[in-house]
Amino acid sequence: MVKKLEKVDAVIVGSGWTGGIAAAELTKAGYKVVILERGQDKKHEDFVGTKDELRYSKRYDLMQDLSKTTMTSRNSINKEAIPVRNNSNARLGNHTGGAGNHWNGMAFRWLPYDFEIYSKTVERYGKDKIPKESTMQDWGITYDELEPYYDQYEKTAGISGEENPIGPPRSDKYPNPPMKDTPTIKLFSKATKELGYHPYRIPSANMSQNYENPDGEKINGCVYCAFCEEYGCDFGAKADPIGTVLSTASKTGNLEIRNSANVNRVSHDGKKATGLVYTDITTGQEFEQPADIVVLAGFVFTNTQLLLTSKIGQPYNPKTGQGIIGKNFTGHFNNLSTYIGARGFFEEKKFNNFMGTGGLGASIDDFSGDNEDHTNLDYLHGYEVHYSQLGTRPIAHNEVPEGTPRWGKEFKKQSLKYFNRNLFITAQSGFLPNKETYMDLDPTYKDALGNPLLRVTVTYSQQDRNRAKAGVARCEEIMKQMGADSMNVTEVKDDIEFDHKFYTDHFFGGAIMGADPATSAVNTYSQMWDMDNLFVVGGSSFPHNSNYNPTVTIGAFAYRAAEGMLTYLKEGGNVAEKLLEKNA
Amino acid sequence: MEENRPPRTAKEAAQHQQDMSRRKFLKNSGVLAGGLVGGSLFGGLITNRFDKKDEKKVVNKKEHEAMSMEARQFFTRAHDFDVLSAATEQILPEDEHGPGAIKLGVPYYIDKQLAGRWGINGRDYRHSPYAVKLEDNDKSAGTAGEQSILDRGDLFLLGLRSLDDESQKRFSTAFDSATEDQQIELLTDFENDKVAMRGVQASEFFNLLLQSTLEGAYSDPQYGGNRNMEGWKMKEFPGAQASYAGYIEQDEFQKLEPVSLRDYQGH
Ligand SMILES: Cc1cc2nc3c(=O)[nH]c(=O)nc-3n(C[C@H](O)[C@H](O)[C@H](O)COP(=O)(O)OP(=O)(O)OC[C@H]3O[C@@H](n4cnc5c(N)ncnc54)[C@H](O)[C@@H]3O)c2cc1C
Ligand code: SF4
Repeated sequence: MVKKLEKVDAVIVGSGWTGGIAAAELTKAGYKVVILERGQDKKHEDFVGTKDELRYSKRYDLMQDLSKTTMTSRNSINKEAIPVRNNSNARLGNHTGGAGNHWNGMAFRWLPYDFEIYSKTVERYGKDKIPKESTMQDWGITYDELEPYYDQYEKTAGISGEENPIGPPRSDKYPNPPMKDTPTIKLFSKATKELGYHPYRIPSANMSQNYENPDGEKINGCVYCAFCEEYGCDFGAKADPIGTVLSTASKTGNLEIRNSANVNRVSHDGKKATGLVYTDITTGQEFEQPADIVVLAGFVFTNTQLLLTSKIGQPYNPKTGQGIIGKNFTGHFNNLSTYIGARGFFEEKKFNNFMGTGGLGASIDDFSGDNEDHTNLDYLHGYEVHYSQLGTRPIAHNEVPEGTPRWGKEFKKQSLKYFNRNLFITAQSGFLPNKETYMDLDPTYKDALGNPLLRVTVTYSQQDRNRAKAGVARCEEIMKQMGADSMNVTEVKDDIEFDHKFYTDHFFGGAIMGADPATSAVNTYSQMWDMDNLFVVGGSSFPHNSNYNPTVTIGAFAYRAAEGMLTYLKEGGNVAEKLLEKNA
Repeated sequence: MEENRPPRTAKEAAQHQQDMSRRKFLKNSGVLAGGLVGGSLFGGLITNRFDKKDEKKVVNKKEHEAMSMEARQFFTRAHDFDVLSAATEQILPEDEHGPGAIKLGVPYYIDKQLAGRWGINGRDYRHSPYAVKLEDNDKSAGTAGEQSILDRGDLFLLGLRSLDDESQKRFSTAFDSATEDQQIELLTDFENDKVAMRGVQASEFFNLLLQSTLEGAYSDPQYGGNRNMEGWKMKEFPGAQASYAGYIEQDEFQKLEPVSLRDYQGH
């Protein structure tokens, strides 16, 4: 029996950045909010002394417990999907703070081109340039409209950065100066400058100094301890939801975070969402939490799965191209759009590779988005080449020059020699949506509570492979300029397919946004067209993937969604129309 | 104050230097007292490192033996453990750079890991159907190991016994008493799937063995491997250092004495 609880103003799935931002804005305005979070309660206290590579990087202590739920994966619509069984193939958020606890903190904005990708492509190259299989579309919003929300997120998270010489316009500078410059960053910057590119320091959510955000939350200066990615910060020096938005929301007295609460579906009457149904996984009891507005902020996979299992919206069908829920899945895939590049080995130099922080590094934007003329290129969108010094740890890093055996005497000798004598640069690239890359419900596999698993189908297109090759070639060119004595360069094979790794947490689509209900699930305030008191927030609303890490853009859209929620709570109706009239 | 006394050993000197740099950092940055910081900045690190008496002294031979007074938790047959030890030593042999897998405690590390949650794939999705045999044209469809019904403990036992059987077959001797060349030949054939195993490919077992050998060599010593932090010393990895704020901009390579989590947590 489902036990019905007392109604609140808003109920939210998930306590990551998106759920946290919604909670902060709603509670500050006086609304009562309940967050349902499947994972454990986490505080900064839990992160003290987390410098344990085995526990956090190899046993994935902070990440989704796949024994409870996972997704299935395949690389063509004709194949059977197999479950992603083990965390080495999936690193997703799981506790209070979500993936915001164990993110690196690379804090890029996306490009004006990204939001109007279809029109800008047609305008510059004509319709024929768009590949047949592509389902790319405009987002229904421009960069200029989103800019104030970018600014708001950057100030909340205290981003440390410097002006990008060829970056999009900003209404204000970064709230903090860039992180310290290291010898290896200098080496990358010098080499890219010599090649005529425009290096700039990666904006980071690791603080370059002590900072107090506009909500009064304090974040410490980073000490470059190098246990950032996959770890919670030991020093409260990395912006995370716990230390910022969730703390802000808690202080109002209007927030309740309910842990060990696994949401199974959205309850609704066909017109309005009435609440969320969840299982308390400590007792097995099922509850319904009614609310005036319902917010899905459980990341791409959960958001899509909940819409499908709750039968909200029309599921996407890859054969007919009809339907929208599950459409335009994209991401940064391990073997194609990130973690590929050039590793240089240096005979004469020894670097302090083991020092660093998650967002420390430099990048070039000369090939990002549409910054390069694509007239004579066999792909659209681009790649961002960066070097980052996030700190190498010894289990994961045993790099040896090509041709060295993987084990034994020679391996030992070379892996010890090169541990502090190699540098890696990577080309992180965009990935364009296509008809056969999407999500639906798996017909076979179920989670621990009996809900069908989400099935993800990823088909790489030739464009995406071409872009990856171009990116790798650029890394090679830069690494050579940096003076490496030898290099391991990633080979991108012509027939490379998706490797079923959901490792980067940079995933998008499923409930995409737009200006037209015929081609989108939500408006640009993340409000469902079909159900106006349901907001679906996060990467799930992005119609495609850019070449940058996503969280700043996710945060910006979460602030915009929160504005929509506040408008809805006051006035009801479709807030995109309302706010458009108001701003006109 | 005890923490003001001069450092007595090289390791203490290195740590002292690090503490000074941290202190300077804290002083310069005037860490925000209102921040949501746990104990590490204020309570833990600065003082505890030097409070503990004798904790830093070099581990002598006797102590080393005491550390090795470990018992098997997972492996019941001593012979399985001997095969494991020999196999890990081939992967990471002792040489002029330092100890190999056995001296680092890798076999005990693996034994402990298999006895715990990891050994039974406790965090993994374990619902059927299992796709043991994957289509040939879909090599990317995850590894059979991940899709196999065997848990890691099963896989280790099966793999070690296959290794031993194969050695008996080829060389009429147990794996752990085969010659170095013979052991290398066998492991290479497992790595390249030239030996048949039931339920999984031989390379699955090999890859698991390889991965866990490296884990045992380089994880924090609390897990039973990386004894005396010798793995980190060989690799010039300084462990769980509190801060690199004082070094991060410097060109010069910093050779620091490693710090374990035991040092770090100070208990
Ligand atoms: C190792 C790593 C490094 C990263 N580094 C960067 C980086 O440098 N820069 C960058 O921009 N991005 C980075 N990211 C990505 C970034 O972490 C995410 O974009 C961001 O955290 C997403 O926030 P979110 O709120 O949408 O989702 P999440 O943080 O995933 O929050 C979702 C929450 O919902 C909960 N939840 C899910 N399903 C349910 C359910 N059914 N019931 C109840 N609760 C549920 C989850 O437990 C989770 O807490 C990184 C990610 C990882 C894993
Ligand atoms: S490197 Fe900086 S931000 Fe990262 S965990 Fe250490 S102190 Fe925190």
